[in-house]
Amino acid sequence: MAVLHSAPKYASNEGVIEVLSESISVWLIEAHEAHGELIFRVQRDAVARVLEILRDDHAYQQLMEIAGADYPSRPERFEVVYMLQSLTKNHRVMVKCSASEDTLVPTVTTLWPNAGWLEREVFDMFGVTFAGNPDLRRILTDYGFEGHPFRKDFPMTGYTELRYSEEEKRVVYEPVELAQEMRSFDFLSPWEGADYELPGDEKSRGAPNVADPKTTEKPADTGDGAKADAAASKPVSPGSPDQKDTGKDAPPAPEPTAKEGGR
Amino acid sequence: MSMQLEESPTTDGEVISNYTINFGPQHPAAHGVLRMVMELDGEVIERIDPHIGLLHRGTEKLIEHKTYLQALPYFDRLDYCSPLAQEHSYVLAIEKLLNIEVPIRAQYLRVLFAELTRICNHMLNMGAHILDVGAFTPNLWIMDLREDCLNFFERASGARMHSAYFRPGGVHQDVPEKLLVDIGDWLDNRFFQLFEDAMSLVLDNRIFKQRNVDIAVVGRDDAIAWGFSGPMIRAAGIPWDLRKSQPYDVYDRMEFDIPVGTNSDCYDRFMVRVKEVYESAKIIRQCLRDMPQGPIASTDGKVSPPKRGEMKQSMESLIHHFKLYTEGFHVPAGEVYVATESPKGEFGVYLVSDGTNKPYRCKIRPTAFSHLQAMDFMCKGHMLPDATAILGAIDVVFGECDR
Repeated sequence: MAVLHSAPKYASNEGVIEVLSESISVWLIEAHEAHGELIFRVQRDAVARVLEILRDDHAYQQLMEIAGADYPSRPERFEVVYMLQSLTKNHRVMVKCSASEDTLVPTVTTLWPNAGWLEREVFDMFGVTFAGNPDLRRILTDYGFEGHPFRKDFPMTGYTELRYSEEEKRVVYEPVELAQEMRSFDFLSPWEGADYELPGDEKSRGAPNVADPKTTEKPADTGDGAKADAAASKPVSPGSPDQKDTGKDAPPAPEPTAKEGGR
Repeated sequence: MSMQLEESPTTDGEVISNYTINFGPQHPAAHGVLRMVMELDGEVIERIDPHIGLLHRGTEKLIEHKTYLQALPYFDRLDYCSPLAQEHSYVLAIEKLLNIEVPIRAQYLRVLFAELTRICNHMLNMGAHILDVGAFTPNLWIMDLREDCLNFFERASGARMHSAYFRPGGVHQDVPEKLLVDIGDWLDNRFFQLFEDAMSLVLDNRIFKQRNVDIAVVGRDDAIAWGFSGPMIRAAGIPWDLRKSQPYDVYDRMEFDIPVGTNSDCYDRFMVRVKEVYESAKIIRQCLRDMPQGPIASTDGKVSPPKRGEMKQSMESLIHHFKLYTEGFHVPAGEVYVATESPKGEFGVYLVSDGTNKPYRCKIRPTAFSHLQAMDFMCKGHMLPDATAILGAIDVVFGECDR
């Protein structure tokens, strides 16, 4: 596909995937190129080894970023993505491995000193544990925070809120109380992949039987059960009352009132 | 706390222990809410443990609950000193996933305003740095220049700081011709007079040099290993600038130089920024000279909104407008990492799309994270007041660091 966008252009990806795949082939699960990015999925236990090879043998000198991501439907729900950059080859690659709550990802603080905080952030936000990180404390969340907020099952509002209490003269933590229910708008078009049913859609389940049309013999056959049939078989109205002659004339029209010319 | 056990000649045999102080979270030199737990031996820093996250707002989580277009203004609010530079990374990441073409005028406008943002950011950072090490006047003068930049942003987008001007597919609206003329006028007749006046007060100033020269020297290898970028890595003598090495938009048409330092100390970092201001001015002049006429946003109606006039005439445009501002556009599934040269260094966006109208995951790579992490390593053995100079030279903003 021709490149139309004007995003950063670095050295060509051509041939890189073969060269790198070969030297890390023992631990490589899968490698592909998509949207101009090279992504190598490797075994979790070998992440540090793979990154060391990429740094030392293939000149990816800088670790720019470690990103976590949560895919709850997968057996190992987390992904840890390492963004490497080569200053000499002017190239970038991504290396990723999967992890779950009770697995250990080997630390890369031994390779890059700045991995320390990056791993702390992934731990803080997702709860991925890094084996060998000497200082795996929380980093962005509050002191004493519980849970891992960037997991998909963590609500956006969180569980606790804090405020300054005028009575106690200190900051107090309380369970979140929303004055208005959290609004989540789903603007996905129902024609394109929304997985819920709009009201009324349940009627269209199963195709209508056109070969055998539903007909009725008389108005009392409503097709809506015995109760409805009974109601329909009653006469619609009791009919008009009979006209009786009383022998008297109807009262005359009233006299005109406007004699004095006034209103 | 470790004890200093050996006998010291100056304390007459008395044993002095290290002590720990708390720097921040509210400290005028902390450039925001940074808390640093410092272990001091007298006035010498032994160890620093920066505590960040006091401004953490969960931006990345919020972005997952918004459509691509609704998430854009969050980027203004990360590094609120250089908002447009961050929108730049984000819109380029979306465009890379969509693989859409951006009209050439829009690319010029983006580069023009990204460079104006760089000047704007450096004015603030240099002013604050100078203030941190004890000079007052230059800050007042160059803040005036920053004010001019903010006025230009306002005239282009309607907002002084949080512009939301860069949009996927181009920019929000075209600029008036008069604005371009005024930016050129400002560079020619006002900017450099005031800027050079302010700099003449500090660049050769003895006190300023004593506070900055040879402070926090970081070698080339260390700068690479710590993941430095931007002025921090250039001060270490590495001519690495993403605008040059990995050009985006029309940076490959621009002629500019990359200033580098020789000594890799705080003074060099400051000087790199001073020189970058001149290079940015060069780029702005080239943009003003070469900018063609034409559309300012992608002509793909599925991504960028139609013109108001078209909407009144054409049913298709009206539907496009309605769909864009309710459902938003869908981005093909995939993941990209796009990094641009923000005034502070490499600002990256790792965008994961699942094919719907909202980002599945948006990881923001703040520039300050790696730099601030090196505080401990850079401050070791320096005096307590040097910490403010080092912090000033890092150019840290907590909106971005804590996200």
